[in-house]
Amino acid sequence: MKKRIFGIETEFGITYVPSSLGPIGPEEAARILFKPVVESWRSTNVFLPNGSRLYLDVGSHPEYATAESATLRDLIAQDKAGELLFADLLNQAQDSIEAEGKEGTFYLFKNNVDSAGNSFGSHENYMLERRVEFSKLVRSLIPFLMTRQIMVGAGKTHPHGPEAWRPLTGQDKKHGTPSFSFSQRADYIWEDASTATTRSRPLINTRDEPHADPNQYRRMHVINGDSNMSETTTLLKIGATDIILRMLEDHFPLENFEIKDTANALRTVSHDLTGTTRFELADGSYKNALELQRNYLRAAQKYIADAGAHHADVPYILDLWNRALIAVETQDISGIDTEIDWAIKKKLLDSYIARGAKDYADSRIQQLDLAYHSIDPDRGVFNVLQKAGRARRVIDPGAVEKATLQPPETRAKIRGSFIQAAHRAGEPTTVDWVHLRLNNKPQLNAVCKDPFATEDSTVKQLIDLLGAQKTQEWMPPFI
Amino acid sequence: MKREQIQQQHQQQNATDQDEISIAQQNSEVNQELLGETDDLLAEIDGLLEENAEDFVKGFVQKGGQ
Repeated sequence: MKKRIFGIETEFGITYVPSSLGPIGPEEAARILFKPVVESWRSTNVFLPNGSRLYLDVGSHPEYATAESATLRDLIAQDKAGELLFADLLNQAQDSIEAEGKEGTFYLFKNNVDSAGNSFGSHENYMLERRVEFSKLVRSLIPFLMTRQIMVGAGKTHPHGPEAWRPLTGQDKKHGTPSFSFSQRADYIWEDASTATTRSRPLINTRDEPHADPNQYRRMHVINGDSNMSETTTLLKIGATDIILRMLEDHFPLENFEIKDTANALRTVSHDLTGTTRFELADGSYKNALELQRNYLRAAQKYIADAGAHHADVPYILDLWNRALIAVETQDISGIDTEIDWAIKKKLLDSYIARGAKDYADSRIQQLDLAYHSIDPDRGVFNVLQKAGRARRVIDPGAVEKATLQPPETRAKIRGSFIQAAHRAGEPTTVDWVHLRLNNKPQLNAVCKDPFATEDSTVKQLIDLLGAQKTQEWMPPFI
Repeated sequence: MKREQIQQQHQQQNATDQDEISIAQQNSEVNQELLGETDDLLAEIDGLLEENAEDFVKGFVQKGGQ
């Protein structure tokens, strides 16, 4: 049975809302946010004891990359732990400006677009075995990735209707009926697969950086997904993609749905809540998102019936996948409105519209669309809905808190233990996903190429050198 | 993976299976209550939002990402 390593990288949006004079721009806000990180770790780009990487990315985006995880539940716990770590930093930022007498509130959003149409991403990483024919796999996977947004999109309002489909001219921006789309990110993806992520955004980045033994593995980097707030939506997004990857790895027969114009089809699918608008395939025929996803789901059900469920959540994933498609087919979201982000959000917005908000362009609706993604545990709209039982959990809140401190059972455990021990001893380190080094002992350079390994003899030696006791408690990273 | 290993994994996951079932039941109960609670919930959310909705949205501008 194939094992896989998963990871999610999330770029967060940051803003400061002043209640009196004195705006703080995003760069300055990010600098204030990262002050405790710099004070604790002397850098704005750090690996933490829980194995994750937390850093300030290009364009002043706070970013969190989960530790490599071998199970979906570990991955979701790690992903939600990133929100908690940033919520802690946000609290500290809030305290520090209040101490300076400024009045206002910092917000971090786990979404994918700002009010000016700048997009930032959520990237999924799937480790594949090297023996798989990569370019063929990518080609077969793209129609799935393109249409899965009808199940796992985060939902987005468009006050002037769908955005222009080619780079904005500025003229045709303010026309059209206010609308709601499945995806935040679909409007900002331009091609199938390439090595770039910034200039011409592809669905899949094919840059070959496995962060593991390159003879055995490669990493598939999917960049067209939305950032999800809902744990169950993340479970379906990663879980269904993993099942499709397994089918491709096993040469399970899948129909060829190669799409003629991916960027166009992505937008068509995102803005059509009925899932029935057709787009052209490379062979000249026309299909819609529901037809493709029904086909993939049927194949997945058959594959799992033959091969068996490879983890305990597989039946739930197949069931939620089916219910999401039924919701689109019947235009009745009641079967998924606590489990799928776009439906949870749409239900909330539609409730406001039913109570007097004008339409999806109403300023209150626009505000809710954004506040849904606020990571504040007590004030973020998604989090309030979750506490009220309107959004289903799969991970116990205690396990998410634990995941802010402790690494999952993968190579992250080796790295996390090392970082924790070195940090305690006050020893500077040089760390990336594979390499670990104490700057003062450069001759002992640990190279951890196996992402599934949870022990490494060189690292053990390094930790022993640091004189750390094995039974140490895990400590909060920013104090 | 060998059969014993799979069984072992399933045993380890029994606890989570139980969670699944109880969550599923909770889920349908929540749905039945929805109509009654929604007004309160919306009022709670209203109380948490910034007063000036338009400034809140327009003020959120980043530099491009990735």
